Amino acid sequence: MSVLVLAEHEKGAFKKKVFEAVQYAAGIAQQQGTTATAVVLGAAPADALAQLGAYGAAKVLHVSDERLNSLSAKAYTKALATAAEKEGAKVIIALHDVTGKAVAPRLAARLKAGLVAGAISNPDTSNGFTVKKAVFSGKAFSYININSDVKVVTLMPNTFQVTKGDGSANVEALDVAFDDKDFGVKVKEVDIVKGEVPLAEAELVVSGGRGMKGPENWGPLEELAHELGAGLACSRPVADSHWRPHHEHVGQTGGTIRPNLYIAIGISGAIQHLAGVNGSKTIVVINKDPEAPFFKAADYGVVGDAAEVLPRLIDAVKKFKASQN
Amino acid sequence: MKILVCISQVPDTTTKIAFSDDKKQFKTDGVTFIINPYDEWYALVRALELKEAGTATTVNLVTVGTATAEPVIRKALALGGDEAIRINTDSDDPYVVATQIAAYAKAEGYDMVLCGKESIDYNNGVVGAMLAELLDMDYIGFANKLEVADGTATVTREIEGGQETDTAALPLVVSCQKGMAEARIPNMRGIMAARTKPLKVVEPVAVETLTSIASFEMPPAKTGVKLIDPENMDELVSLLHNDAKVI
Repeated sequence: MSVLVLAEHEKGAFKKKVFEAVQYAAGIAQQQGTTATAVVLGAAPADALAQLGAYGAAKVLHVSDERLNSLSAKAYTKALATAAEKEGAKVIIALHDVTGKAVAPRLAARLKAGLVAGAISNPDTSNGFTVKKAVFSGKAFSYININSDVKVVTLMPNTFQVTKGDGSANVEALDVAFDDKDFGVKVKEVDIVKGEVPLAEAELVVSGGRGMKGPENWGPLEELAHELGAGLACSRPVADSHWRPHHEHVGQTGGTIRPNLYIAIGISGAIQHLAGVNGSKTIVVINKDPEAPFFKAADYGVVGDAAEVLPRLIDAVKKFKASQN
Repeated sequence: MKILVCISQVPDTTTKIAFSDDKKQFKTDGVTFIINPYDEWYALVRALELKEAGTATTVNLVTVGTATAEPVIRKALALGGDEAIRINTDSDDPYVVATQIAAYAKAEGYDMVLCGKESIDYNNGVVGAMLAELLDMDYIGFANKLEVADGTATVTREIEGGQETDTAALPLVVSCQKGMAEARIPNMRGIMAARTKPLKVVEPVAVETLTSIASFEMPPAKTGVKLIDPENMDELVSLLHNDAKVI
């Protein structure tokens, strides 16, 4: 009855959030007196998979069918359901990301398993199985009980620090009987924006609002993001005015992010914007209006004009980076 | 092509969230309920555009809710749509909601089910994919573009660091987000027409509740902002490194 975890990969390479999910599953397994089994779908070199052991997986089940190289929610669900049955798994973990959100609910419905989407805590098993998640777009939290025998949890990335151990996992092949119907969604075109830090997984985010006055003033913001290795975001009016692309919009009706550092420049801090970003660990607000509501939600505030403050901040970051080398 | 659009009612985006003293209930007194923005602005409007273009023949709306959800579903009908179905129960377990919609939709022969990428109250974003499983349909999530021709949908969806364009044969469930369509405001004609559009009430099927909310909690209040001299950005960088330990 191991704890199962979906380990997404790109040709055998894992992102940090996947290690985080494996570590999370291993923690739950330990709590339940069992071990964690990672499931890897699609072609990948077997030796790359054993490294998941360093994050707590005792075993890796590898379904190497090449048709799994891109997401097919039906096929992924079937593979995970097959693995869950083989392992007698009662708890199944995925990430609360694009893949996990497509697969975990399907799997939960198939297994008649209760699902918590976007967990930000380890399960409390003192009285059942209770997991914490953000609700009302980050304005509050709720504790959800899963009452079913089998449980599915998607973990919000960047919730826990990842610690590498020295274990190595046993890799086993798993055969799953797919049929053509499982691959009904065909990928026609993939368009990856080069050189950008994907917002959902950015640990640092630099964000601009209407106070930037126009898209022509984004240069310093981009430079700051580049110096920090940060993702770029913006407020809703900025996206609605087409100053910046829609995928950069964070807030209640845009993306919800939880980076370690969120630097908001020229954003007043409407309640809808705060909802999307108040899971950030540290918030810096730069605004020339000392009455901007965002200062109430900030850890550090700078009252000043972005056009003057930003170049100084960029210089300070460059100086800091030079001192670290 | 018959389209079903899933509508959820949620507290208005400006709502200040409050809970009962025992932290078990969300306080709804004085709260204005709206159509979940993702359901309204993207799923519903795109469905209406497809009907206006002659691609869709029927656009029906479904919601799972008690009679208190009727004003919101009427508001959705004012934007457009042929008829609305209200499944007469309430649940915060997404499996229950998906099961109710699936039980209704199964025999109705829908070619496409559209929903928003998530509701802004419980932020699960899972009903669409659950529905796809229960109806044995394919599912594409986080779509920002949707075209349909000759029984095949072409859908652009968000992936990490970019986007991907997929094709899938109907029937299909799609969850919609920003980019899919431009928000509309209902006009007087739509509001008048909505009053007389059919709103069917369907009784729920029996289903086991798999999850329940134990309690709510407000986020800890920030201890207060530390203001930094705008001339001294070195201090800010130093605090971010040494105190906050985020760079």
